[in-house]
Amino acid sequence: MDGFVSLWNMLPEGLQTLIWILVKIVVIVLPLILAVAYLTYAERKIIGYMQIRIGPNRVGPRGWLQPIADTVKAMFKEVVVPTHANRYLFLTAPLLAFAPALAAWAVVPFDEGLVLADINAGLLYILAMTSLGVYGVLIAGWASNSKYALLGSMRVAAQIVAYEIAMGFALVGVLMAAGSLNLSEIVHAQSGGPGQWFAWPLIGLFAVYFISGVAETNRAPFDVAEGESEIVAGFHVEYSGMAFAIFFLAEYANMILISVLTSIMFLGGWLSPFEGTLLESWFAWVPGIVWLGLKTAFFLLLYLWFRATFPRYRYDQIMRLGWKVLIPVTIVWIFGEGIAIALGWQPWLSGGA
Amino acid sequence: MSLNLSHYFKSFTFWELLKGMRLTGRYLFARKITVQYPEERAPMSPRFRGLHAQRRYANGEERCIGCKLCEAVCPALAITIETHEREDGTRRTTRYDIDLFKCIYCGFCEEACPVDAIVETRVYEYHFENRADSIMTKERLLEVGDKYEAQIAADRAADARYR
Repeated sequence: MDGFVSLWNMLPEGLQTLIWILVKIVVIVLPLILAVAYLTYAERKIIGYMQIRIGPNRVGPRGWLQPIADTVKAMFKEVVVPTHANRYLFLTAPLLAFAPALAAWAVVPFDEGLVLADINAGLLYILAMTSLGVYGVLIAGWASNSKYALLGSMRVAAQIVAYEIAMGFALVGVLMAAGSLNLSEIVHAQSGGPGQWFAWPLIGLFAVYFISGVAETNRAPFDVAEGESEIVAGFHVEYSGMAFAIFFLAEYANMILISVLTSIMFLGGWLSPFEGTLLESWFAWVPGIVWLGLKTAFFLLLYLWFRATFPRYRYDQIMRLGWKVLIPVTIVWIFGEGIAIALGWQPWLSGGA
Repeated sequence: MSLNLSHYFKSFTFWELLKGMRLTGRYLFARKITVQYPEERAPMSPRFRGLHAQRRYANGEERCIGCKLCEAVCPALAITIETHEREDGTRRTTRYDIDLFKCIYCGFCEEACPVDAIVETRVYEYHFENRADSIMTKERLLEVGDKYEAQIAADRAADARYR
């Protein structure tokens, strides 16, 4: 141990910082990938239960090892590159989809001070990262040299552009209410009990944000990008093995990310839901990350529930909902909120200012 | 152009979406009806039409008399029969092939048979490892018949009233 400490002190300071950051990244990414693996399991189980089936139950007790088995299978499968595909872009695309999905986690505060990069432009960074994911999808569709993949990726691009705007506007509402772009500050602005959460004064934006989040991640009912009946599987038709698995990983990491962000921005992040009530002291021992996890799990359940319930939107319906419903709703809401702020009427700030 | 207020109210409160989610939410807790196949099996009719078999009489004599009614009735032309005269003067088959790739499991052969020789059994778990194995020869059919005779006889008895 002493030898280790002295070795550590011998390292130049820059290297120490680098190693420390790398360790933090691993500490965030490994549980994330595990969560993704078990989210796929939860998805199959819950959707199965909603269809009066029992879902995977063969690998390990009650199917607990199913995600591991799936991973091992995906790793041993061949990655087929189509003959006339652009080989370089074809193999880069999954990484382009996956990297932003992970990078966005850098600014997510898991608890008081428990954040990799506590930057002041956190919200902008999140918006930038979630938008970048679409490049992976677009490039995958183009590089596959398949008409289905190309059509699928064009649909995704149009859909994401439409919903990105509604999503951005919803976040503008949060930004106005919190007065900060820093995600930790946004959570602090909601302290003082569940009544202070932005979900109440901004309920319209809350709904719009989560709906556009579902659309952004190309999940049912907005999964026209896959549309198995008309375009087989959309942008990832030509992918197999690990290349496909990485797209999958990116999709689920994005789902978790959207759920975490919804919790942080509208449901008070790591704050206890019993704050300001009699129960607060009873639950004081529960670490904030558990509350965040529970709130996130709720939104993930909604994702799966939507998928089990709603039929897929038609393409023109998606465009109508995005452009003609969600965007006007957010604009009207922001306008109302702006007036409220200008008049100094800020019910959501009654606890603080 | 009139504003349909209740329509707006319903869409902005997600009324119908929530109704749908309530339904799936109820099914989440409903009793599951999965039949866990290799351990559990769904009930089966005695009329089930699975793998073919040829039967024998109790004294070990094969039932088939080579009348070729099954070959004639087979809509998929899956049956091929050749016959000869045995030393005791009776007609028997020298070849009785059913191509299981052609067979549509309609059960007409079984119905056409005057002596209940060709039957379809309850066996549905079988496979081939070579393409040629899809042809069930007379020997293999008799072998299946010998193996499952108890089951076959019981099924015929259970269904006899309706024939």
